[in-house]
Amino acid sequence: MKWLIRGGRVIDPQNQVDDLMDIYIHQGKILDLQPVPPKRNATTFSDFRVIPAEGLVITPGLIDMHTHLREPGYEYKETILTGTQAAVAGGFTAVACMANTLPVNDTQAVTEYILHKAREARLARVFPIGAISPGLKGEALAEYGELKNAGVVALSDDGHPVMNSQLMRRAMEYARAFELPIISHCEDLFLSRPGVMHEGPTSTWLGLHGIPSAAEETMVYRDIQICQMTQNPLHIAHVSTAASVQLVRDAKKKGLPVSAETAPHYFSLTEEAVIGFDTQAKMNPPLRTKEDLWAVQKGLKDGTIDVIASDHAPHSPLEKEVEFDLAAMGIVGLETTLPLTLNLMHLGILTFPQAIAKLTQGPARILKLNGFGGLQRSGPAHLTIIDPELEFQVDIHSFRSKSKNSPFHGWKLKGQAVLTMVEGRIVYNQMAPTSDL
Amino acid sequence: MKFNRHHLLGIKGLTREEIETILTTAESLKEISFRDIKKVPTLRGKTVVNFFHEPSTRTRTSFEIAAKRLSADTVGLSSSTSSLVKGETLTDTARNLEAMNPDVIVIRHSMAGAPHLLSRMIKPSIINAGDGMHEHPTQALLDLMTIREKKGRIEGQQIAIIGDIAHSRVARSNIIGLKTMGAQVMVAGPPTMIPPFIDSMGVGVTYRIEEAVAWADVIMMLRVQLERQKQMLFPSLREYSRFFGLNPEAMKKAKRDVIIMHPGPINRGVELHPELADGPYSVILDQVTNGVAIRMALLYLLLGGKKSEMAD
Repeated sequence: MKWLIRGGRVIDPQNQVDDLMDIYIHQGKILDLQPVPPKRNATTFSDFRVIPAEGLVITPGLIDMHTHLREPGYEYKETILTGTQAAVAGGFTAVACMANTLPVNDTQAVTEYILHKAREARLARVFPIGAISPGLKGEALAEYGELKNAGVVALSDDGHPVMNSQLMRRAMEYARAFELPIISHCEDLFLSRPGVMHEGPTSTWLGLHGIPSAAEETMVYRDIQICQMTQNPLHIAHVSTAASVQLVRDAKKKGLPVSAETAPHYFSLTEEAVIGFDTQAKMNPPLRTKEDLWAVQKGLKDGTIDVIASDHAPHSPLEKEVEFDLAAMGIVGLETTLPLTLNLMHLGILTFPQAIAKLTQGPARILKLNGFGGLQRSGPAHLTIIDPELEFQVDIHSFRSKSKNSPFHGWKLKGQAVLTMVEGRIVYNQMAPTSDL
Repeated sequence: MKFNRHHLLGIKGLTREEIETILTTAESLKEISFRDIKKVPTLRGKTVVNFFHEPSTRTRTSFEIAAKRLSADTVGLSSSTSSLVKGETLTDTARNLEAMNPDVIVIRHSMAGAPHLLSRMIKPSIINAGDGMHEHPTQALLDLMTIREKKGRIEGQQIAIIGDIAHSRVARSNIIGLKTMGAQVMVAGPPTMIPPFIDSMGVGVTYRIEEAVAWADVIMMLRVQLERQKQMLFPSLREYSRFFGLNPEAMKKAKRDVIIMHPGPINRGVELHPELADGPYSVILDQVTNGVAIRMALLYLLLGGKKSEMAD
């Protein structure tokens, strides 16, 4: 299929483009990008089907570098099919999925299974992340060479911290041979257990065990020191506290190969969302204070935090409609990450290109995803069309994700993906029916 | 006097007027417990389920007696006899209970927020009889009633709460209730048992109990749970009782008209010296008596009983 995406504002931070352009797509590749309005060569491109994009924004396909697709093992929460359906509906053309499946993605066989299921789904591209340690137990090294050959793009025990500092050192050293970044879930379990929310005034009067900020920060500091020692790229997952942001900022100033991500809930919500024992607001790390939220926003603005990731964590009502202490941690995010990110733009915190960079250029660079992160001639046509003016109310019942655990239900937001294209193929289309695509 | 609530989930959120209403109602109902025939027909035909998902003897008995004195029918359900041991969720148990159309469910649960979860899912009135470390509103109300009875008023009183504040729902509910009623509160105990950010609740903090004792008009001792030692919260019971327990030595600096309270059960010789538990300052048994009156008042107010039916 040949496509002409006509007259949209192309925002491609990787190539420093922010212009009105026509994009020609042929055989899954970008044939050409031309500024608007020169005269269109009607004869050459007469057989292209037109996607009118005037008033819309076209970005490189969005990438979510932190999702939990739950397959294999927890298909009642999500499958690779439903997860990638949610991804493309949220504007994502690629997702990296964490290793905490059942069995854990610590071997070639599991990686291959995930890739096989993703190919069957033919929606967003899926990039598996391998485990740092077999079974996420934090006791030994997984086979990084084999995992890399099978297709993993990074290593993480996400969901569990690597408590053993020596193992973390060895993991970072050994990963160098295979050029795999380590994504660290920073949490000192001795400090965080049995916490279920942020330790602060709210946990004190709710009588819930708190998770102090230091549980995250001490591990961020430790991992940065190990990064300094080993020089392997280190990516700090789901940064939630002001001091963590500062530690990453300092590490970057020193020139260390450290990157960081945060998730929309950490710049949109505070611990007070837990009041009333709302399990939809239970997540790990927990929602923190206003000061932390502001620091995370500032970290995004000044480039300390490279990436916004959903930390899409589907859970069924079985795990959420229970006592707060028993409830599973995490929220779904694939279908709300883009609009919540654009909200930072509406608030004047990020520019549009900055916001898009966190969802494209940042993750593509960290995970070294070829063909993702930018729009260039002869490159694969992975792209997202966004209607920045589209106002809507978040409705969990409309989610493609199998799970509906979101604290954002009912929120009014502005800006949403209306069309998602992977390799020149439309995998999600919410544009006006008159465009007849 | 107005009380229009459907549930009693906590002290948090109750206004001073609502608390006054409960206390005044309890004071008027207290007399029933001293009659020869300790029963009025007020709640005849109403059903109260006592759903105790955590062991408790005194609170449970107190609720049961309170309901019976008002002629309500009571049903008891404990964790060992319920289907929870068979893996049924709290929500399912609650929906099944609801299907039997009780009027009030009194719930005690080891986890904070369990009564709130129920109140969102089912229709009967829910009374929180203690949820995790969160709240124990009926205990706080009976404590307020006891203070008012013994001291004449609550406003302006200086209350020292001593012991394991961090894990105590009694402390939380009392702090909120006492502050709402205009009392001053100081908490004391080892720093490991004083939660960070407790000052956000508007209380003073000291780690020296002599200081709290000397300041107090009311000393409220809390039970220390013996397993806390394993959680590295204090080194030994011996050291705890010596430095954070209330004993005759520590009482030397106390005001002469001070009263000593304890929600029970007491670890005699640990947080409270036996001599003091039974001594002239102690109002511990008055608390228990008032507990029945408070619970009668709540059942009465939540079920919208008519005052005329209360008459002799």
